[in-house]
Amino acid sequence: MKAVPQYFGSVQAFDVMRLREDFPILRQKVHGKPLVYLDNGATSQKPQTVIDALNHYYTTENSNIHRGVHYLSERATAAYEAAREKVRQFINAEAENEIIFVRGTTEAINLVAQSYGRTFIKAGDEILVSAMEHHSNIVPWQLLCQQIDAKLRVIPINHKGELVLEEFSRLLNEKTKFVSIAHVSNALGTIVPVKEIVRAAHERGIPVLLDGAQAVPHLRVDVQDLGCDFYAFSGHKMFGPTGVGILYGRRELLEAMPPYQGGGDMISLVTFEKTHYNVLPYKFEAGTPNIAGGIGLGAAIDYLLRLDWDGLAAHEHRLLSYATDALASIDGLRIIGTAKEKAGVLSFVLDSVHAHDVGTILDQEGVAVRAGHHCAMPVMQRFGVPATTRASFAFYNTTAEIDVLAEAIQRVRKVFG
Amino acid sequence: MAELDDLYQEVILDHNKSPRNYRVLANANRKAEGYNPLCGDHVTVYLKLDDGVIQDIAFQGSGCAISKASASLMTAELKGKTEAAAEDLFEGVHKMLTGDSEANHERVGKLKILAGVCKFPARVKCASLAWHTVNAALKGENQPATTE
Repeated sequence: MKAVPQYFGSVQAFDVMRLREDFPILRQKVHGKPLVYLDNGATSQKPQTVIDALNHYYTTENSNIHRGVHYLSERATAAYEAAREKVRQFINAEAENEIIFVRGTTEAINLVAQSYGRTFIKAGDEILVSAMEHHSNIVPWQLLCQQIDAKLRVIPINHKGELVLEEFSRLLNEKTKFVSIAHVSNALGTIVPVKEIVRAAHERGIPVLLDGAQAVPHLRVDVQDLGCDFYAFSGHKMFGPTGVGILYGRRELLEAMPPYQGGGDMISLVTFEKTHYNVLPYKFEAGTPNIAGGIGLGAAIDYLLRLDWDGLAAHEHRLLSYATDALASIDGLRIIGTAKEKAGVLSFVLDSVHAHDVGTILDQEGVAVRAGHHCAMPVMQRFGVPATTRASFAFYNTTAEIDVLAEAIQRVRKVFG
Repeated sequence: MAELDDLYQEVILDHNKSPRNYRVLANANRKAEGYNPLCGDHVTVYLKLDDGVIQDIAFQGSGCAISKASASLMTAELKGKTEAAAEDLFEGVHKMLTGDSEANHERVGKLKILAGVCKFPARVKCASLAWHTVNAALKGENQPATTE
C-alpha cells in the first residue's frame, strides 16, 4: 500500500476571496445582481487553469491517442495518461491501471452493474442499495435485477437522513452478492459511514461500490483506506469538465470482469473468429475517449492538490453551519436532511410554497439553486415532500452569499404572503 | 423587478391558494394523468364529456404555483366548451406559453394572465402540464401525458 500523498496539506493557506478569483464565472452578474452560485451539487464551476488546459489541448495537442506514431498523438497520449496518474494519486489507488476513464458516475455504475453484475450475480441473489441513492445508483441495478432475476433490497434511513446501520446488518445475508452505496447523499448531504459498511460487507466476502460523485469535491478520498472494491465519480462536480468521470476498481476484480463495450482501444487482436481483449485499463475504454475532458480533469486535480485541505474543510464546515443557522431561523422553513455528519448540502421546504417557485424567485436575486427531486425521488417520498430547494456549496462560497440566500428566501415569503 | 411580477400576479397567486374545481369528479367519463418527469409535478384531470361538450371538469395534483394556477384557470375556462373549442384554446395557450410569434393573447381570453410565463423558459412546462393532460383526456389516451 502506498502512503497517502504528501501534497495534501497547507500548500497555501486557505483564502476564499483569493480563490474566488480563480473562477472567472463567479464575477458575473445575473439579472443585475452578483451571481451567488449555490448549485454545486449539480455541477461545480471551473477554475481558469482547467479552462486553459482544454484550450491548450485543442490549440496545440489535439489528435487521437494510443494509435498515432506522429508527434501530436504522442503528446496527446502522454497528457491523457498523465491525467490518469493524477487521478490515481488523488484517490490513492495502488495502480494506474485501476483507473478507468468513463463519461461520469452514471456510466461507471452501469459498467459495474453490467460487467461485474451479469458475470458474478445470479438469479435469486440480492443487491443492497440505500434509501438515499441518486437514481443513477438505483436504476442500473434494477435493470440488472430484471435481466438476471436478482433482487434489489434497500437499507432504510431515519428521519434525519442517516443510514440505519442495524438494518444494514440485518439485511446482509448469504444471498447478498453486492452493496452499492453513496459516499455522500446528493439530496441530503449525509456523509455515510462507508468504512463501516465496507468492513461489514467484506466480512461476508461481498464487494462494495461507493458512489463518490458528491464526496470528492468535499472530502479527501483514499480508496485503499476505505477498502472499497469500486469507487465512481464525475469530473464536473470536482471543478473539472463535463463528460468525463472515473471508475476505480480493484485490479483482481477488473481483471475477472468482461468488457462493458466493444470497439477500438479495448482489443489487442481482432479476427472474425475471436477477439482478444486489451489489458487494463484499456479493456474498459472502448472508442476514442473524451481526451480533452481527461486532461481537463487532470488540471482540476492539479488545482485541488495545491489547496490547503484542512483550511478547505474548516471553511466548508463553517459555511454549512452558518447556512443551517440562518435558514433554520426563517419562519415556516424546514430543513430536510439533518444528519450529524453532513457535507455541503442544505435541502429545505418552505410552508405552502413549491420549490420551483422558490427557485425562480431566488434566481431573480442572482441566487442559483436546484429545485426539484434531485434525481432522488425515493428520498422525497421518504420525507413526504414532492420536491425540495437545495443549496449546495463549494469551497468558493462565502458566508456573505448565505446572507443573500437568506434575504432572497424572505422575498419568496413576501411574494407568497 | 417587473418580470417577476409578470409571473406571480395576484390572480395567479389567488388560484394557487384557492384552486377552482380542485376535486375528484365522481361522474367523470374521461380522466387523464400528467407528469412532469423533470420536477415530479403531477396532475389528474377529470372530464364529464357529453355530445362533444365539456359539461364538467375538475383536477387534483401537486405542483408549483404556476402549474396549479394554470390548471385551475384552465378548468374555469373549459367548462361548457365544445371539444373543438377546447382544442383551439389549447393551441392558443401553447403558442402563448412558448412565445410563438403567431401568439394572439386575445384568442385565449382570461388565460392571457399566463403570458408572463414565456419569459421564464424553465417554467413553461409547469404551466402547460394541465393542458397536455386535458388534451390526452379529450383524446381518450391511456398513457399518462408528460411535458417531455
